[in-house]
Amino acid sequence: MEELTLTDLCRSCGQTADWIIELVEQGILDPAGPDAAKWRFKSTSITIIRRTQRLQQDLGVNLPGVAVVLNLVEEKAQLQARLQRLESFALGEMEDGA
Amino acid sequence: MDYKDYYKILEVERSATQDEIKRAYRKLVRKYHPDVNTGADAAEAEARFKEVGEAYEVLSDPEKRAAYDQLGADWKAGQQFKAPPDWDDGFEFSGGGYTQADQGNFSDFFDDLFAGRRGQGGQTQGGPRTTREFHAHGQDSHAKIVISLQEAYDGGSRDFTLRAPELDDSGHVVLRERSIRVKIPKGVTEGKHIRLRGKGAPGMGQGKAGDLYLEVAIQADAPYRIEGNDVYLDLPVTPWEAALGARVRVPTPSGAVEMKVPEHAQTGKKLRLKGRGIPAKPPGDFYAVLKIVIPPNETEAARKLYEQMSREMDYDPRATMGA
Repeated sequence: MEELTLTDLCRSCGQTADWIIELVEQGILDPAGPDAAKWRFKSTSITIIRRTQRLQQDLGVNLPGVAVVLNLVEEKAQLQARLQRLESFALGEMEDGA
Repeated sequence: MDYKDYYKILEVERSATQDEIKRAYRKLVRKYHPDVNTGADAAEAEARFKEVGEAYEVLSDPEKRAAYDQLGADWKAGQQFKAPPDWDDGFEFSGGGYTQADQGNFSDFFDDLFAGRRGQGGQTQGGPRTTREFHAHGQDSHAKIVISLQEAYDGGSRDFTLRAPELDDSGHVVLRERSIRVKIPKGVTEGKHIRLRGKGAPGMGQGKAGDLYLEVAIQADAPYRIEGNDVYLDLPVTPWEAALGARVRVPTPSGAVEMKVPEHAQTGKKLRLKGRGIPAKPPGDFYAVLKIVIPPNETEAARKLYEQMSREMDYDPRATMGA
């Protein structure tokens, strides 16, 4: 999957470079590369950026908060998947046990 | 169509103040927002989120709320409903019907009551903003596509239908459909984007067309379950296969495999096939999780064998449980 530059991200999400650099500083995005000009972002960065925008606009979360929220939401999704898998085991068919 | 009880959706009394309604809306938006529910119940959360938004759209606007209340408190949610022709007699919708909310996203019930009430204040969305420049790079657009687990494994090429809101000549928002052939890369994973250059909004003047970014979502096909790049399968085995060990054929999205059930295996034991999960970089793993099952139909001969085991096997699995 091809990787994206800072300019690519700015244009695809309608944001300024300063804003995206702030996301990197807050740990919300994690590009490879020694400096902003050479940063390469994974394509999942677009999903992360759009989530960040919506969390800010819809729920009023600030950027440090967004970083925390994204981690927790990811963890929540993983736990739900595991739970679903484990529950499919424990419940065969429910019957009255009395 | 079905009557929608907006008060029930927002979990407030019919006598709630505007302030109480706003607080209830905020609480539910925090709970059901799609970016907070990305896991297994994402679809249900999104449905509730939309419902909550529609309810707030009506109840937060004193005009719309009064008109809605006129329908009477006697209707129960889900009852068949048809708005009487003069139901809003005497109500002036001066503020405009739709606000900044997305058109096309509300239920039939809402449309039946409030459609066609666009006042001066109403805004319509969609389409490029008119600017004074004549040459502009087209906007990038975004969409989401859903592929199957098998497609994530094999890659491939498929047509997808995308729907985007657009302004037609008379200024109405219409949903434009277009079909796009997309090459799905092998080993693509949830959340990755496929970039199609030049397939976004057209540029203006000499400007290039923008790019189209497609976010990939993967739908697990039964009997598989996906966790990240790993794929899980509940593998049913008989008690004798688990006790004695066995070689069994197991389906995987990359072809059936023969796996060795170790002797003395218990339900829940995970047998791992390294690298046979989704072929991303690095590839995930495939896990067959043992689930001991007994045959559904019991023959006379089988019953006798069970009875013999019951007599001769000396094991109480609940011994340490203190029952």
